[in-house]
Amino acid sequence: MSQATQPRRPVETGVPDPFPLMHPVLKKNYGNWKWHDRPRPGVLHHVSHSGDEVWTVRAGTQRQMDVHTIRKLCDIADTYAEGHVRFTVRSNCEFMVSSFAQVAPLIEQLEAAGFPVGGTGNSVSMISHTQGWLHCDIPGTDASGVVKALMDEIYQEFIHEEMPNRVRITTSCCQINCGGQGDIAINVQYTKPPKINHDLVANVCERPAVVARCPVAAIRPALVNGKPSLEIDEKKCICCGACYPPCPPMQINSVESTKLAIWVGGKHSNARSKPTFHKLVAAGIPNNPPRWPEAAAIVKNILYAYKEDGRPWERVGEWIERIGWPRFFELTDLAFTRHHIDDWRGARRSLNASAHIHF
Amino acid sequence: MAKTPHDTPLLDELEKGPWPSFVSGLKRLAADDGKPYANMMRDLVGQLEHSYETRMGYWKGGTVSVFGYGGGVIPRFSEAAEKFPASREFHTLRVQPPAGMHYTTDLLRKMCDVWERHGSGLIALHGQSGDIMFQGCSTENVQKAFDELNAEGMGFDLGGAGPALRTSISCVGHARCEHSCYDEVKAHRGIINSFLDEMHRPALPYKFKFKFSGCPNDCSNAIHRSDFAVIGTWRDDMQVDQDEVKAYVAKNGRKQVIDQIIAMCPTRALSLNDDDTMDVDNKSCVRCMHCINAMTKALSPGHDRGVSILIGGKRSLKIGDMMGTVIIPFLKLETEEDYERLRELGETVIEFFAENALEHERVGETIDRIGLANFLTAIGVEVDPNMVSHPRTSSYVRTDDWDEEAAKWHARKGGAKGSVEAAE
Repeated sequence: MSQATQPRRPVETGVPDPFPLMHPVLKKNYGNWKWHDRPRPGVLHHVSHSGDEVWTVRAGTQRQMDVHTIRKLCDIADTYAEGHVRFTVRSNCEFMVSSFAQVAPLIEQLEAAGFPVGGTGNSVSMISHTQGWLHCDIPGTDASGVVKALMDEIYQEFIHEEMPNRVRITTSCCQINCGGQGDIAINVQYTKPPKINHDLVANVCERPAVVARCPVAAIRPALVNGKPSLEIDEKKCICCGACYPPCPPMQINSVESTKLAIWVGGKHSNARSKPTFHKLVAAGIPNNPPRWPEAAAIVKNILYAYKEDGRPWERVGEWIERIGWPRFFELTDLAFTRHHIDDWRGARRSLNASAHIHF
Repeated sequence: MAKTPHDTPLLDELEKGPWPSFVSGLKRLAADDGKPYANMMRDLVGQLEHSYETRMGYWKGGTVSVFGYGGGVIPRFSEAAEKFPASREFHTLRVQPPAGMHYTTDLLRKMCDVWERHGSGLIALHGQSGDIMFQGCSTENVQKAFDELNAEGMGFDLGGAGPALRTSISCVGHARCEHSCYDEVKAHRGIINSFLDEMHRPALPYKFKFKFSGCPNDCSNAIHRSDFAVIGTWRDDMQVDQDEVKAYVAKNGRKQVIDQIIAMCPTRALSLNDDDTMDVDNKSCVRCMHCINAMTKALSPGHDRGVSILIGGKRSLKIGDMMGTVIIPFLKLETEEDYERLRELGETVIEFFAENALEHERVGETIDRIGLANFLTAIGVEVDPNMVSHPRTSSYVRTDDWDEEAAKWHARKGGAKGSVEAAE
């Protein structure tokens, strides 16, 4: 960039127009769809008021794709799916075809090329995930690896539709939780206050901004070894890691103290119940690459308890709402601890102020 | 050139199993002898293996951008560059995808070609904010890559990063979904493309996100994951095709219809009649979508369509998780003027945010700090009972202007409705 003598001014084009890129049947019937059904897992069938029909085949991807993988998807789309694709927010690749006869050969090609077909209806769709060690500046773990390891284990639940309702799993590599809410969420949970490199703080960190960032006012300016730095009241510190991004010398991660926690019952949809946040059910889980077996075991345990006991249409949170938390902890054999009881602002709303007791 | 690849026993474990492996992809790129990115990817794989061994990350931020913009590039400099020099710089270009994430294979191939020439060959489709993430670029090549992606014929632009308007997401919507209640592409492009200055030159107190979902199923996760959620809805009666209801009952049985549809309505607005037709109490219906999701042929949204707008969703930092809350129960979205009204509301809220939020405060936190009623006054929106789950339970409020406030309500109820209308 420094060598460019005549820098080119950007053309501020913003969000690209999708219509020149859209599958022709989608474009022709834009805003005119009538109903849909699912002929088999991984396939959606939409019918327009015009009588036009389109079949969509949904395939899982690894999200972080090399150009060879993307070109392979393109080759399949060119030969079997009319040259258009779209992606879902969970990194599934969708191929649209205008006749049902094209569905089976397309699925065959995708599966032969190693792309699982599924993720529709009552399945476990692709796990939404964050950057992790591959690219993030503050990661506690590698979401790509956690996701790959878990999707291998619950692969059958992606390609089948056998859950009570759809299951959305998310991962996040720090407590900022870029992965969002999930029926089940696997998120980093720090367990120790940051370790401060006092030699670097004054040069690297904007100290008032760091002090302001702390949710519990546990950080204060201090002079350490004659240098301006910051210190932490470790009794107050909730180990959230909020100070680490604006001040990298306040290292929150360590091999031992960075753990995983599992949360359940998050839901974005408004269907039946209002959207909900996920709730903590297990913590202190080792951050154990390359396949995170301890976290995977707990996720599968919860997933199969739900599969067994959930009623049709109940999302994980709605299932627990019906059976109650005591039964949830019983069915999953997870410990209920003092740490499950919220003490943050608004916590009182999460307490049971009634004689509604599950026995 | 013939550099020995690093041993990667831990990452190799992630090449096993049936799910597509990102590790295999990284290694394919590292093995592309003669390609400009091969060395970079060899060391990238080496550094990632090092992270798996030590369970620590090795990237730090910095300042990298393209000429004319202040944001959109995520700079990454390696802290392990002594061991892995070729991936010393591994920046990401956040690039806004077409609304609805539609692509031709031709466009995807062109993207791959650009990234082979100037980047790492690794592209994430898509990041959590919705961007195409062109991951892995040297400082020198960032401008070259952007110039090609931004050129005529490609037409891509950078997305948002830092304290700025962020890249948006809209669901598939009108393009392929019968539930869609407005033109998501029009709303998405209309809003984002009129505030690009706020995206490209970060100057807001903190991030600000719009997301667009065509119906209350909220497939773009807007209510929680955006500051300004635009959710399609309708205010007249839902459409019922009674012949299709009968066909559904005949096929699935009364027990299933009663247990899984009638009894699961959150406001008890449904009733199955003795002749297997269905009654809908539309005044009680809250447009949750459950029955419409279940009976896609028999039930569909009404004709009088528009959006509900919820403001203030965010994750935990700093005061705790927040869902967006209802600010506009219903805004009709049909004519050009309607869409312009939506854009104006977006502008009003961004301006309010820019002027009133504290540094590193999301708009939801600002509303929490000043109170919803004060926020409504600031943006010129009247109160509405759809904004609350229930009225206050605390008596700690001063009410000596009660009559005046009540008179405003009665005047609104009796008089002509304003630009922003209540749901019913």
